[in-house]
Amino acid sequence: MKKSKLSGIYAALILLFLYAPIIILIVFSFNSEKGYSWQGFSLKWYKELFANELIIESFYNTIIVALIASVFATILGALAALGVYSMKNKMAKGLIQNVTNLPLLNPEIVTGISLMLLFAAMRFSGGWVTLIIAHITFCVPSVFLSILPKLRQINKSLYEAAMDLGCSPAKAFQKVVIPEIMPGIITGFLMAFTYSLDDFVISYFTAGKLNTLPITIYSMVKKRVSPEINALSTLLFAAVFIILLVTNIRAIRKEKELERKRAARS
Amino acid sequence: MNIKAKWASYPYIIWMILFTIIPLAMIVYFAFTDSDGGFSFANIQQSAAHIPTLVKSIYLAAISTVVCLVLAYPFAYYISRKSYSKQKMMVMLVMLPMWMNFLLRTHALSALIEDNGVINTLLMKIGLEPIQMINTQGAVVFGMVYNYLPYMIMPLYSIMTKIDGRTVEAAADLGANALQTHRRLILPMSMPGIISGITMVFVPSVSTFVISGLLGGSDNYLIGDIISAQMLGSAYNLNYGSATSLLLMLVVLVTMIIFNSMDSEDTEGMLA
Repeated sequence: MKKSKLSGIYAALILLFLYAPIIILIVFSFNSEKGYSWQGFSLKWYKELFANELIIESFYNTIIVALIASVFATILGALAALGVYSMKNKMAKGLIQNVTNLPLLNPEIVTGISLMLLFAAMRFSGGWVTLIIAHITFCVPSVFLSILPKLRQINKSLYEAAMDLGCSPAKAFQKVVIPEIMPGIITGFLMAFTYSLDDFVISYFTAGKLNTLPITIYSMVKKRVSPEINALSTLLFAAVFIILLVTNIRAIRKEKELERKRAARS
Repeated sequence: MNIKAKWASYPYIIWMILFTIIPLAMIVYFAFTDSDGGFSFANIQQSAAHIPTLVKSIYLAAISTVVCLVLAYPFAYYISRKSYSKQKMMVMLVMLPMWMNFLLRTHALSALIEDNGVINTLLMKIGLEPIQMINTQGAVVFGMVYNYLPYMIMPLYSIMTKIDGRTVEAAADLGANALQTHRRLILPMSMPGIISGITMVFVPSVSTFVISGLLGGSDNYLIGDIISAQMLGSAYNLNYGSATSLLLMLVVLVTMIIFNSMDSEDTEGMLA
């Protein structure tokens, strides 16, 4: 009894460690003065945040890059998964899997500078094109890896049954394969989108003079004088919190429903 | 299922050759050429001067990895023994800070420990002397642990949650105490999670330039800071930068090889 209480306290301490800095930041985002001595409640830094044109512009740039890169990565990755699934040659399959793992295993800084060198050698100056190419490159492996297992899980007889019932291969593909891999495509897209939104290191080396939100945050944090960053952190934390809460509640509800159905059946 | 769609993978293959394999080859090419494109060993020789910094990076990243493992192991085990909905809830709580950009997490830490930060302001209010916390090695380790702890918790948890509660009970029934159960049963079974946790913490830690740059100050530059200064900053020289990156890549490669071989040995040992 005593032991389980002790481990509960330990778990609470770990969570406190993870959250305390963020909570303190949130509190001081409402401070009326600069610095970390509480002077009174104010929304001053939020007003300044929304008046900061650089931040707003960077925010739009980030969204545009993330949208283009994740759509492109999803198409490329889905096609790749399909292609690799239908390959017979084991060696080629293995080779593609290994190359897919490269960007996931490499330190981000290495991926970043390797692309930067390529662009430098091709005399490409940094900007939209280089940034989007870089983002597609680090997003596409996760799309590929989230769709391929879904293809492998498909019950093969289903596809054949569809053909026996008079479907053309294209129709059977549309009716059987697409619905089965759809969850993988959506997961892959969302992963790509969030990776792209969140990326700093690779963007830093490939964006040239273009500012994305993480790049702007970096230059502001480096100067250590911007309480607007506290306000921005609070808003982003709130956004992530709401998204995670909604998706998790939905997932838990679904699970409970499934359990109920299982119970009803047995 | 007989789908003939081999062609569908060709765009991806071309993309990966163009933007993953060729760029990596570019690092090697730049590392072994001078600014005119002629073959040269000078960059490699020059970058050898950064070996002390590389050793320091490995040292701080290794400490952070060990601290993460020690902190995460009991925590992950604790979550893995909870009921399904509690597990979901705890995993969400661990993921939430991970979803916030790591620059902002690092900024939160520096707000805490900087000279005029939260802790020092508080100390001075109660009449104590402020402490120098930022711009120390300790601050860098603190930053790495804080940023990457969830990357250790998640793989540990996902493997521990698969350990059947009945196996643990069986061990207790056969007379094993809690320590023996961990040493003989849970630890070996969690090995794949430990290995992937170690690589997920060590690789970003050893190659970071943000955490060391923001929390460590100029006295605690790590190999990542040197590379980023050579690629974009004050020490601009793409050839030296590439040579220094090769050093870093070598370290990461060796680490992966060591840990992956440990993994396969352990699973073999478990089956025997």
